[in-house]
Amino acid sequence: MTREGVINAVVLAGFAGFALFAYVANEPFLITLATRAAIFAIAGVGLNLALGVGGLVSLGHAAFFGIGGYAMGVLASHAQTFDPIFEVPFLIEGTKSMPVIWLVAIVASGLAALAIGALSLRTTGVYFIMISLAFGQMFYFFAISWPAYGGEDGLSIYVRNGFPGLNTLDPIQFFALVFAVLLAVLWLSHLLARSNFGLALNAARQSPERVETVGISVYRLRLVAFVISGMITGLAGALFADLNRFVSPVMFSWQTSGEIMVFIIIGGVARLCGPVVGAALFIAMEHLLGGLWDFWHILLGLLLLGIVIFARGGIVGALVGGRR
Amino acid sequence: MTAILLAEQVLNGLQLGLMLFVMASGLTLVFGVMGLINLAHGSLYMTGAFAAAAVAGATGSFLLAMVAALAAAAAAGALIEVTVIRRLYKRDHLDQVLATFALILIFSEGVRWIFGSFPLYLDIPVWLSGPVTLPGGIEYSRYRLALIAVGLAIAGGLFWMIGHTRLGIRIRAGADDREMIAALGVDISKLYTAVFALGAALAGLAGGLVGAIQSVQVGMGEPVLILAFVVIVIGGIGSIKGALVGAILVGLTDTLGGIFLPTALAALTDAASANSIGSAMASMAIYVLMAGVLIFRPKGLFG
Repeated sequence: MTREGVINAVVLAGFAGFALFAYVANEPFLITLATRAAIFAIAGVGLNLALGVGGLVSLGHAAFFGIGGYAMGVLASHAQTFDPIFEVPFLIEGTKSMPVIWLVAIVASGLAALAIGALSLRTTGVYFIMISLAFGQMFYFFAISWPAYGGEDGLSIYVRNGFPGLNTLDPIQFFALVFAVLLAVLWLSHLLARSNFGLALNAARQSPERVETVGISVYRLRLVAFVISGMITGLAGALFADLNRFVSPVMFSWQTSGEIMVFIIIGGVARLCGPVVGAALFIAMEHLLGGLWDFWHILLGLLLLGIVIFARGGIVGALVGGRR
Repeated sequence: MTAILLAEQVLNGLQLGLMLFVMASGLTLVFGVMGLINLAHGSLYMTGAFAAAAVAGATGSFLLAMVAALAAAAAAGALIEVTVIRRLYKRDHLDQVLATFALILIFSEGVRWIFGSFPLYLDIPVWLSGPVTLPGGIEYSRYRLALIAVGLAIAGGLFWMIGHTRLGIRIRAGADDREMIAALGVDISKLYTAVFALGAALAGLAGGLVGAIQSVQVGMGEPVLILAFVVIVIGGIGSIKGALVGAILVGLTDTLGGIFLPTALAALTDAASANSIGSAMASMAIYVLMAGVLIFRPKGLFG
C-alpha cells in the first residue's frame, strides 16, 4: 500500500468511526454533521474529477448540485400532494423513493452538464472559468424567478424519502447509506483515474496538443469528464436536499460552487480522498469556530489563502509529501 | 408600449451598461496586463459603496463620498496587490480563483463585522434628484442621466489614457510583452500595482455611484462581478473596447428583456403565467446572449 493509500484508509475509517462513536454516545446531531460532511465530500469527489484530473476549473458546479436538489424537491413535493407532475402525453407522478430520485437527479444533472459542457468547453482557461460561473448563475436566477416550485423561498418536504430496507429517518442509518454512496463514488473515481480514459484526461490537462496528436479528441475527453463530474455532484445535491428535507435556490448560488472547490483545495487537488478531508475539516471548522465567532469566514479565508500561497498540495499533499 | 416608455427603458439599459463598463474595464485591464482573474473585484466595488455611505453619513457631502469611494477602493486594491495578488501572477488560474475567493470571504465578513448586517443607504444629492425633461417630452431621472454622463466620461478618459499617455503605452506594452518592458527599465511591479489600484478605484467609484440607487449591503458586489464577467467574455478578455460594447449589449438585453419578454408572452398565454415565465426567461436572457456570442466567436467579439 502506498503512503497515500494508508492515509485514505485512515481517513475513511476515522470518518465511519466518528459517526459510530456519535451513535454510541447518543449524539444524533454529530451524526448529522458527519452525514453533511460525507455529502459535501461526494460533491467534491465529483468536481475533483473535472478539476483535479481534467484541469477544468469549473466555478459552476452549483448548477448540478442544485439540479440534484430540485430533482428531489420536485419529485417528493408532487408525491406528498398526490399531484402528478404531468399527465399528457403520458402520466408521470412524483415519488418518495430514493433510488428513483437519485436516478432522475443523475440523469438531469448529466444532461445539464452535457449542454453546459458542450458550450463552455469550446473555450479554455479564464474564459472557461467565467462561462461556467455565468451558466451556474443562470440556473440560480431561473430557480429564483420560477414560482411553481417555491421561487426564492424554496421547497420543504415533510418526511425524508425512503430507501428499500432502511429507516432513513434514523440518523445513523441515513449516514450509513450516504457513506456507502461516498465509498462507491470514491471507488468509481479511483477506477476512472486509473483507466485509459483517466490517463488520457490527465495527459490532456498537461499537454492537450500531444493528446490531440495521437488521435484522441481532447474536447470529447473533457466533455465526458465534465458530464460524469456533473452527475456525481448532482447525486450529492439530491442527498443534501434529503438531509435537510428542503431545497432552495441557495444550492445554485455561486458561493456553493466556491465552497465545493474549497473542500478540494483544503484536502488536496487530484488526491482521491482530498475532498473527504477538506469537507470534514470545513464542517468541523463551521461547527467549532462558527460557535465561537460569527465571522469565522474570515479565518476560513485566511486558511485558504495560506494553503493556496504556501502549501499547495493541501492537507493530503502535505501528509504524503511531494506535489502532483 | 409607448415610445416614451421604450426610450426610458433604453436609457435605463444604457445606464446599467455604462456602470457595468466601469466595473468590467478594471477586470479586463488587470487580466490583459497581468493575466490575473480577480474574483475579489466585486469586493472592491462593495468597499467603494460602504466608504461612500460612511462618508456621506458623516459629512453629508455627496462629492466627498465619491472621492472616498475612489480612494478607499484604490487603497484596498493597492493593499491586496502588495500583500496577496502579487504572489499570484505566475500561478495558474486555479490558484488565482481560490486566493481571490478567499479574499472575498475576508472582505465580506470583515465589512459585516465593521458595519453590521443591515444595509446602509446613500442619498442622491438634492442637485441631482428629481426628473429632468429630455427632448421629445421624456421625463427621466436626473441622477441616472448623470450616471450615463459619468460612465461616458470614464470611457472616454480610459480610451484617451490607454491610447495617448505614457502610462497607457506602458500598459499596452505590458500586455504584449512583460519581459521586454522590464528589460527597457520600466519598474514592472510598480506598474502592476498602479494598474491594479486603477481598476480597484474604478470598481469603487461604480459601487459608490450605484450605491445611491440601491441599498449598500454585504454581498452587493458579487452579482455585479458575475455580470462584469459576462460582459468581458462577450467583449473579449483584455479589450477595453470589447468591454464597452459588451457592457452596453448586456445592459440593454437585461433591461429590455425584463420589459418585452413578459409582454411578448402575454400574446401566447394568460397574463399571470406570461408574467412569471417571462421574468424567468428575462433573467436568463444575458446568458443566452453570451452563449450565442460564444458559439460564433469563442474568444468574444473583440478577443
